Amino acid sequence: MKYWRRPLDADHCRSPHGIVHIIINRCKGCGFCINYCPKQVLEFSRHFNRKGYHPPVVVKPEACVDCGLCGAICPEFAIWSTPNPECILDEPAEAKPA
Amino acid sequence: MSRPKPSQPDATVLTGAHYLDGDEACAEGAIAAGCRFFAGYPITPSTEIAERIASRFPLVGGTFIQMEDELASMAAILGGAWGGAKAMTVTSGPGFSLMMENIGLGIMTETPCVVVNVQRGGPSTGLPTLTGQQDMMQARWGSHGDYEVIALSPSSPQECFDLTITAFGLSERYRLPVLFMMDECVGHMTEKVVIPPAEDIPVIERRWYRGPKESYLPYQAGPDKVPDMVRAGDDYRIHITGLTHDERGYPVINAACQSVCVSRLVDKIRDNAGDIVITDEEAVDGADVVVVSYGISYRVATRAIALARAEGIKVGSVRLVTVWPFPEARIAELSRKVKALVMPEINLGQMYRELQRAAAGNCRTLLIPHCGGWVHDPNDVLAAIREGAK
Amino acid sequence: MSELLTTPAPGGPVVEEERHPHEPFLRMDRIPHIWCSTCGLGTVLNCYITAIQRSSVPRADHTIVSGIGCTGRAAGYVKIDSFHTTHGRALPFATGLKLANPRLKVTVFSGDGDLVAIGGNHLIHAARRNMDMTVICVNNFNYAMTGGQFGPTTPEGAKLTTAPYGSYEHPFNIPFLVDSCGATYVARWTSLHVREMIETLVEALNHRGFSFVEVISPCPTVYARRNRLGTGLDLLKYYHDSAEVRHGADTRDVDISFKGRIIVGRFVQRCKPTYLDTMDAALGRSVGKEFVCYEGPMQASDGRS
Repeated sequence: MKYWRRPLDADHCRSPHGIVHIIINRCKGCGFCINYCPKQVLEFSRHFNRKGYHPPVVVKPEACVDCGLCGAICPEFAIWSTPNPECILDEPAEAKPA
Repeated sequence: MSRPKPSQPDATVLTGAHYLDGDEACAEGAIAAGCRFFAGYPITPSTEIAERIASRFPLVGGTFIQMEDELASMAAILGGAWGGAKAMTVTSGPGFSLMMENIGLGIMTETPCVVVNVQRGGPSTGLPTLTGQQDMMQARWGSHGDYEVIALSPSSPQECFDLTITAFGLSERYRLPVLFMMDECVGHMTEKVVIPPAEDIPVIERRWYRGPKESYLPYQAGPDKVPDMVRAGDDYRIHITGLTHDERGYPVINAACQSVCVSRLVDKIRDNAGDIVITDEEAVDGADVVVVSYGISYRVATRAIALARAEGIKVGSVRLVTVWPFPEARIAELSRKVKALVMPEINLGQMYRELQRAAAGNCRTLLIPHCGGWVHDPNDVLAAIREGAK
Repeated sequence: MSELLTTPAPGGPVVEEERHPHEPFLRMDRIPHIWCSTCGLGTVLNCYITAIQRSSVPRADHTIVSGIGCTGRAAGYVKIDSFHTTHGRALPFATGLKLANPRLKVTVFSGDGDLVAIGGNHLIHAARRNMDMTVICVNNFNYAMTGGQFGPTTPEGAKLTTAPYGSYEHPFNIPFLVDSCGATYVARWTSLHVREMIETLVEALNHRGFSFVEVISPCPTVYARRNRLGTGLDLLKYYHDSAEVRHGADTRDVDISFKGRIIVGRFVQRCKPTYLDTMDAALGRSVGKEFVCYEGPMQASDGRS
């Protein structure tokens, strides 16, 4: 995540990081999760699932912040995210100290 | 949830002799049977039942609600039954018509409850304040689809009390809406009604499921084809639907499931008809003519029978206490022994069709039709008895 | 092909065997549900299941009642006591359930046709009584299960099979309707507003009285197709562009026109005695010492309470 300044608690707070779970054969390819993921983590897979839909595929796993939107908007109960215990630091170098 | 005792121990069952009309007696019967949820909509000539319930329920721990129409009333008592209460609604012809779809839901979902129809003359608005027995076939076939029903028909205020209790018992025993087919005359007739002590009243409780929660299937029935029930809120996580369903209660839209589901709904009544059917017979053995009647028409028939006997005619009486299922085996048996079966009813031939069908040409069958508005003249019934005895 | 499908996508795990966190609340033997791709009903159901878990009501007390139609199938997928009733009669059935067992938290989950057309009479009376229940009304502007006929919520001008030249009836403004009838909690979201919807549903479930949540939801197969509005995804984009959050809005102003703006938010939240409150209070006052409060449902014989 990019900030206009380095957060004051950047040295001890880490933005959450998530793992995306997809049950590809339950997906009906609506694309809601792909379109509304705030971090553009997902894209349509080029493959078809068993139902003949293109399920989402995780293309930027490191960008997921476990916001849970994909899980809430999915009409099929086919995608959700869970916290990734291996948190990664934000990119502090990109923000200059205030 | 604890059941607080009524503050007055005698408030629930008004043991003793009373002077009540049929509507009031029906309300007392419901209370004595344990009915504690009532939803209804005012309609003549059934309103006095609702009025009596509205004034009595706050004294006995019942909930009364006046709904916005009969569609709502019927749906509400089904909900009430699944919530765990014994539930009842009352109406008359036009309201009965509105209830039909949800009576079907009650049959499909096997929901115990009692639907009272204080019949008046029809069709349509017809004769709101005058009697009729014209909803008998509607009781049997009014909702769409294949099914069997149980319907009772009281002939006196005393029976309005007694048979309402029987109706609740049958609804709990066989899990379906039981139709209580009164008529305006019986509903508004005031007579002595004796209410027995509470402990002498045969109250049948719900068939609660008692097995382990994990293995409960809402529509798995035993040999009697009636499944055990649970109530909402007990964490059984039941699914109940008006769609054709399997034992789990899940919709299955195909012919195979329809066959299993609907056959059992029909068979649970047909197979147990011997236990359900109640007739009241008098002087049938050796009779030349038997008058088959129900409801208020029975009261008229008794006068005609007395007059016929004075003339020396051997006449018996079969009163249909349960009109549905129709006692066809018994009528068939009688048809082989008598010259004629005579049926007075306040319609132009409804139960008479069943009588004809059961008699199968073994004897003469005579209908004494009546359009409604008033009861038969006993002389008309007498004339038919004379004709049958020829 | 299946090999490709079960191979993790580059850089991230794609898990086939894992269980969705909502599965304990779903009748998994009935999943996948019948709803079309890009239909919003699954999203609303998803949010409802989240709300059940976040509400203060124990799971066993949650009961869902549906009527008939696409939305009416919702009851069949939730693993709580669930009732799929007749067309329009979910509300009176729910009323009976609630009155027979006041401990229950009864939610009516049904569509606009079921609740507002054939069940409209029950809706206004349930709201008038402030019957203690939650109604989730999924509004997709048409009768979808029967192939896309216009209904009382169809915006003027929208084309449907029984309005082939465009509907010329004035539609209901549902929040205004229930508000004016006495509902004590009224909100509207679209199926895109999942976080707000969940929050609102939790509030509605915890609300004492008649709480009503309308959710505007895409019907891609009939409504959108007939009106050349694209897929459900395109409708979500329309919601995104046209929705205007206005908490506390006067419900008279929240009517929806064809392709017009959609005002969303929590419109009404007020305190008023419920049906059972007023019944018990009034009877207690007038009947006096002899009044016996409803004794609750019959006890099941194994002693469950």
